[in-house]
Order: sequence, then structure tokens, then C-alpha cells
Amino acid sequence: MNRPAPSPASWQFDHAAIRGDFPIFSRTIYGNPLTFLDSAASAQKPRVVIDAVRNLYESGYANIHRGIYMLSQEATDAYEATRETVRQLINAERTEECIFVRGATEGINLVAQSYGRTFLESGDEIILSNIEHHSNIVPWQLLRDEKKLKLRVAPVNDDGQVDLEAYKALLGPRTKMVALVHVSNAIGTILPVKEMIALAHEVGAKVLIDGCQAVPHMPVDVRELDADFYVFSGHKIYGPTGIGVLYAKFDLLEAMPPWQGGGDMISTVTFEKTTYNDLPHKFEAGTPNIAGGIGLKAALDYVTSIGYFQIQEYEKELYAYASERLRQVNSLRMIGTARDKAAVLSFVLEGIHPHDTGTILDREGIAVRTGHHCAQPTMDRFGVTATVRASFGIYNNKADVDRLVAGLEKVKEIFG
Amino acid sequence: MAVAEVTIDEVIETFQLFDDWEDRYRYIIDLGRQLPELPERYRTETYKVRGCASQVWFNVKRSGDMPPRLTFEGDSDAMIVKGLMAILFLIYSGRTAREIMETDAQAILDRLDLAQHLSPMRTNGLFSMLQRIGQMAAAAAA
Repeated sequence: MNRPAPSPASWQFDHAAIRGDFPIFSRTIYGNPLTFLDSAASAQKPRVVIDAVRNLYESGYANIHRGIYMLSQEATDAYEATRETVRQLINAERTEECIFVRGATEGINLVAQSYGRTFLESGDEIILSNIEHHSNIVPWQLLRDEKKLKLRVAPVNDDGQVDLEAYKALLGPRTKMVALVHVSNAIGTILPVKEMIALAHEVGAKVLIDGCQAVPHMPVDVRELDADFYVFSGHKIYGPTGIGVLYAKFDLLEAMPPWQGGGDMISTVTFEKTTYNDLPHKFEAGTPNIAGGIGLKAALDYVTSIGYFQIQEYEKELYAYASERLRQVNSLRMIGTARDKAAVLSFVLEGIHPHDTGTILDREGIAVRTGHHCAQPTMDRFGVTATVRASFGIYNNKADVDRLVAGLEKVKEIFG
Repeated sequence: MAVAEVTIDEVIETFQLFDDWEDRYRYIIDLGRQLPELPERYRTETYKVRGCASQVWFNVKRSGDMPPRLTFEGDSDAMIVKGLMAILFLIYSGRTAREIMETDAQAILDRLDLAQHLSPMRTNGLFSMLQRIGQMAAAAAA
């Protein structure tokens, strides 16, 4: 990615100001300050995103793409401007390669249903990793059952990193699709996706990357990765819910049939025959999430204004601090200890159910996720049914970590 | 004091003595710890209560009376859930199916102030456990 690294002096940014950009932190929970550690599920929204959505509805709203009047044209321009912002963010070659979807889940289903049903045949193989989100498992199982395919699973080591040798051994002439998480939502592992994509391409397979937990924390360059498909959700990168992005290489999108039919995706319709609209609209049936799209631009602009270099430096330091503090909590077992991890700490307190831990933490104003994190095969791999997951966003600070550690000590005291 | 020896009214009374949420949780956890152990044979898929974030198993026993009185037993791997289960069993165990179906658990739980001090029903399993008890009673009445 061709962003200049700022000088060290310029990344001493004002974190209190960044936290102040998020109005939610002015509220309290049971009289305690809000300690929000569930950004991997969904991130809080900065004022600029809230304002963008409100301004649209208050002064610029109309349906987009077909209106001849000023309001519609303004809304269309604002919505389509997001596409260019997305293109720049992930360094896609063309805006037509960036398809708006409801979220990453819909993006994966689109690829499975459109590309998968068209180009995969009985006996073909799909490779997933052992630490995928259910959203990157179930769409492929549906396709497998329909097309008589084989699903193969690349195992992970005890630290939660993919076993690359085992992955290489799975790749073969029947491998037609590889679907991988970029950063694990359940345990935080950063997969070496660039290398894994190159290996898959050697056997002629296409690769889909689920980047939900990557784009909020690190720069992503789809061309440098050479990803065939890359999906992410807007709400995890500080944007509105119900909007996400499917990136796909232009030639693939051209070859793929439409998935859903309706308005916006057509060129001409008669009862005998319909011709389809050009990309990206071919894959965007129906009135889209206009406010979501416009809010997403504000979110991406916000992230870019802080800068990935600063975000990474800041989160790396916070992550190191949190890892160290949690290591000092007796009877805490960390799940996922790979060297390359991002923004997610998943753990269990020995003898205390994560659900109990989360209930007590909530009473202290600390929001963590407890459960299987929509990744039951990941839980099975580590011999647990659930974990406590603390995940970070750009607004978290060391005081949040300190409150979490104090909360965990209280949990142990109550259940002791 | 073992769970079998306290009544739901005594639990409510005790609850009202606490002005600290931590003490209420400690008490709930204690009630759960005192629940008799559920025999291993019931810890299977058949006896599982769906819709809980933790694992919950229920079994029901009928007395020889006519109509029979229902006694519930259960277990969970989460202690707070198990404590809530103990409270539900105090409300419902030893009653006939008809009595169970006519009992307004919500009113009792409101007196315990549980809504304010526990996470939303859906997550802590209270709702699912109540539903299951209702289903078991309906099945026994049929």
C-alpha cells in the first residue's frame, strides 16, 4: 500500500480526542463508565457517521440512480462517492469491482450462489480454515450439498495459526475455491493470506477472503494480496449496520450471473427476456441501503483521517499492554496465542463459565462477548464450548484494560 | 440451609435484605450450588434446554398422586444460570401441571428485582427455562 509512513512525531496523536469523537462514551452502565470491549461484534459510531446519516435524512434524502430531480441526483452522487472511497481504501483497480451488499455474510453468499453454482462441479473441492466464522462455512456447505462438492478443512496449530504445510497438502487439481478469514473473529489470529492466496493460485483455485476483522485495524490492498474476492462489513469499521462490500476482480464479476433479480440490476425487461445492467449494478437488485452507504463513506473517511499507520501503532501498544495484564491474572487461559494477532483477546477463567464471567463484568459496565462467537469449530479445536472475548476498537485505552482486569478479579472473588 | 428447605417467599425476603448487587449474585450462586446433582444419564441432547447461551439440562419426575405433582431437576455449566434454575424450581417443583400453568412467574421474578440485576432474559436462559417448564407441564396435563 502506497501510503507514506508519517514521521514518529505525527503519530503521537490525541487519543482522548478520538475517544471523544464517539458520543456513546458519555453514557454510564449501572453507574459505571462504559468499558466497551465488543468491537469485533460491532463497533461504536463516531459523530461524523451519525451526522452523515442524520444530514441525509434531514436535508438530502431521495431514492437514487433514476431520479431526474436535484435531491435524487445529490443522494446518488453521495452514495456513489462511497464506492470510490471503498476502491481507494482497499486499492481496487476499478469502482465497478466494489459491490455493495448488506454485510460480509451476504457477500459470501453472493459468491457461493453466483460464482459457485456456475463454475464449480461435482467432485470439486473447497478449502476452509479450521477457524472460520459460521458465515464463511455455511454458505459453502449449502453449495456443497447442492453441487456434490467436498469441503476440506485446513487445520490450525495449538497457537491458533494455520498449519501451512497441512494447507499445502490439501491443495490439488480439484481445489476450485479457498475461503479464508483474514483475521479470526474468535481468537484474533492474522492468517498469512498473501502466501495462502499465492499457493491456491498455483493450483488454479480462486480465493475469497473474509476481511471483517482486518479492515478496521490494518491497511488492506486487494491487488497486493491478489485476492479474487474480498468481503467486509461496514458496521465493524465504525459505519452503519446493513452495508458491506464485496470486492471481486472485474473479469470474475463479468462472468458471474446475477444473484438476485429486481430493480436497479436490469437494463431492459420484457416478459420474454431481461438484459442486465452493467457492473456494479448487476449485483445490486432493489433500492439499496442509501443511508448506510453514505454513512459508510463517513466511517471510512474517519479511519483514513486517523491513518492506518497510527491505528496500528496505537492498537499494537494497547494489545501488548492488555496481553501482559491478562497474563498476570491467575487461572486465566488464553485461547489463541499466535505471534500475529490483532485486537482480539479470547480466554477462559478456569472453573468459571464464560457466561458467568460476562454477567458479572456487565454489572461493572464492561461489555465483552461470551459464547462461541459464531465459530463453533474453533471452540471445538481448543476443547472449549465458549470463551470470554475482549476485542478492541480505536477508542479503547489502557484504562479499559485496567477495568477489565479489575472486573475479572471481582469475578474470581464472587465465584471463589 | 439446603435449597429444598427454603421457600420462594423466604428467597424473596432474603433478596430484599441485600442492597448490594454482588450479594444478590452470591446468593443466587449459592442456591445453584445447593441444587441436587442431576444424574449423568440426563445430561444428553434429549434433556437439553435450547436457547440458552450456556448448557442447560432439565428432567421432570411425577409423583404417584392424582393428579401427579411434578418435581424438576436440572443442571447447567454456568453457575448463575444454575442459581436462576434453582429459583424456578422453588416456584414450580411439587405442584400439579395445572398449578404450574396458572402460576405467574413473571410477577414473582419482578419481586426478586431480577430484571434490574441480571442480563436480559433471552441471554441468561431464564426465558428458555420458563418455556421448557411450561412445555413439560403441558405435556403432563395432556
